[in-house]
Amino acid sequence: MNTLNTTVTSEAEMPEENVVPVQEEKPAETVIEEGKTVGRPFSDDAKFKLRNVEVFYGQDRAIKNISLDIARNEVIAFIGPSGCGKSTFLRCLNRMNDSIDICRVKGSLHLDDQDIYDPKRDVVELRARVGMVFQKPNPFPKSIYDNVAYGPRIHGLANRKSDLDDIVENSLRKAGLWEEVKDRLDATATGMSGGQQQRLCIARAIAVSPEVVLMDEPCSALDPIATAKVEELIAELSESYTIVIVTHSMQQAARVSHRTAYFHLGHLVEVNETNKVFTSPEHELTESYITGRFG
Amino acid sequence: MTDQRSQAEIVRQSLKRRYRKERRFRAYGIAAIAVALAALVILFADIIGKGYTGFMKTTLTMEVQIDGEMMYLDDATDERQLKMADFVEPLVQALIREIPSATEADRDAVRDLINPYASVTLRDRLKENPEWLNTTRTMTFLAHTDVDVYAKHAGDEAYSIKLSEQQQAWVDQLQEDGVVETSFNDVFFQNGDSRDPSKAGILGAVVGSLLTMFVTLILSFPIGVAAAIYLEEFAPQNKLTDFIEVNINNLAAVPSIIFGLLGLAVFINLFGMPRSVPVVGGLVLTLMTLPTIIISSRAAIKSVPPSIREAAEGIGASKMQVVLHHVLPLAMPGMLTGSIIGMAQALGETAPLLLIGMVAFIVDVPDGFFDSATVLPVQVFLWAGSPELAFIERASAAIMVLLTFLISMNALAIWMRKRLERRW
Repeated sequence: MNTLNTTVTSEAEMPEENVVPVQEEKPAETVIEEGKTVGRPFSDDAKFKLRNVEVFYGQDRAIKNISLDIARNEVIAFIGPSGCGKSTFLRCLNRMNDSIDICRVKGSLHLDDQDIYDPKRDVVELRARVGMVFQKPNPFPKSIYDNVAYGPRIHGLANRKSDLDDIVENSLRKAGLWEEVKDRLDATATGMSGGQQQRLCIARAIAVSPEVVLMDEPCSALDPIATAKVEELIAELSESYTIVIVTHSMQQAARVSHRTAYFHLGHLVEVNETNKVFTSPEHELTESYITGRFG
Repeated sequence: MTDQRSQAEIVRQSLKRRYRKERRFRAYGIAAIAVALAALVILFADIIGKGYTGFMKTTLTMEVQIDGEMMYLDDATDERQLKMADFVEPLVQALIREIPSATEADRDAVRDLINPYASVTLRDRLKENPEWLNTTRTMTFLAHTDVDVYAKHAGDEAYSIKLSEQQQAWVDQLQEDGVVETSFNDVFFQNGDSRDPSKAGILGAVVGSLLTMFVTLILSFPIGVAAAIYLEEFAPQNKLTDFIEVNINNLAAVPSIIFGLLGLAVFINLFGMPRSVPVVGGLVLTLMTLPTIIISSRAAIKSVPPSIREAAEGIGASKMQVVLHHVLPLAMPGMLTGSIIGMAQALGETAPLLLIGMVAFIVDVPDGFFDSATVLPVQVFLWAGSPELAFIERASAAIMVLLTFLISMNALAIWMRKRLERRW
């Protein structure tokens, strides 16, 4: 995908640009110790085991020595000021950074004890297991049905039309969209409202029955009502999927996630139970951020 | 308070100036468009004004006594007799009968009013209907080109009238009697080229153009699209691809005659392909059209939003599936538009085809890709260079036909873009 080459860095950080980027106001005396994360970054029942992860854009080190476990069936929220690397880190989890030529990933990243960045690993299979929902709703300019059926079709999950119909209906039901669209499955998806489009994208992602769903600021382009629906949906999905969500809204992180990870300038500063992060943060940078002193 | 007021005053005055600037700028724009339109109108008015007579033919309608004795023919089914028989005499006699003031002594002057091919027409009709021998039939024949020019352009100083005053008087009389008539020139659309302007047509050139365009299309579209997809989606970004990109852009600007020289040197001299044939013409025009198609296809691929690729990749589509299922369908309207515009350019191209011999004088309508042919713009070139003014009006008529093709192709391109383009 050569088009991305010229805009590599901005492309990766674009999701965060709609928030006023103020980073230099942090207290000068606070020094982040590299690779040191306070709180509970590790888990006994890890779905993802990520150790000493570093990401480079050319010469720039965007992610600095991060180690983290993501537990099975948990919802973990990544928060932090703009440009702190949360989206970049998220995109390492299903190798979406591959399409950026100058992006390099170091460290060990394992999904169920399998190396994600093993050169022999099939990225198609990985992405079938680790689905993704993007910041801007991006349905294909096709019918609603074809949008949801696309994944199962290319992976050969349904042999018969009726199987495919079932998958589409189930996915749309799980995404809370079935009642709204069941009579117009042939209508083009781009004609739906923004919130519906985003829920359609979620339905599309879960149609291939992934184990993990990555969400990159899924609500930043939605109005409050649509946001509430998507959040409800996330809560329901957390019963059967592992969900990693990047968000700029601390309220959202507080509402939907079990654990919250705070990123700062490429460092993973603190990971803790969500209510702990928002009530009694251990690190002073976390505290500054959640009390609105910067970011 | 005063400060605010004076500031408002300053803004108001600058507003006036800004609006003036805007009006002036708009006037420049309108003037530019007016100049362009005027040039177009003059061009069309000139071509149509000069060329519409090319769509008219002049005919003689007369009662012909198909007299076997006069023609030395007693069996119209006998090939040998048909070859020997005299088909001119009945026509001359028929015309003399139509002109009261003409006598047997004027027969040469009368014969010069009849098209040399009229006797062939009579023979062919008689061959189809042998029972017409020794009957009298009312038949229509082409008039001589000199009569055609006189009938259409009498009094026009640009045209030299080759008829004598006596012949002119006869033609005037015949026009009044309804023997000499001008009508729609169907011959122009049914024949190939000819030495006789009255018999010359564009069918050969149109068929030649279609065959050449077909070869160009089936070669340049797939190759161009494949090259664009590879360069845009799969090729690594390095010195080599940069070099290729520079060269493709360069090729788009190379004068077309160079492609003709290349075609002559490679296809004809090296590969030994025949001259003047649509296949070689199509190959040369393919080389010329490829850069246009590649460049426009790459632009179309680039304009597919990255979010669509991300969406497909995020579900686990492979590179090939992303390209085939999403990028290509979305880029197709742009690719088709670029290709049609490239084809329209190729259709109007003359120079490279001159070099590979498509400029030959070819009377027959080509019946295959390896049959000698010419194309519309070359036909225009040939006729426009002819000393005979009757050919000039046919050149103008051929230009109008060519322009009609070009306008419909470009309109098709616009229609397709409007029709197929997706919004999101």
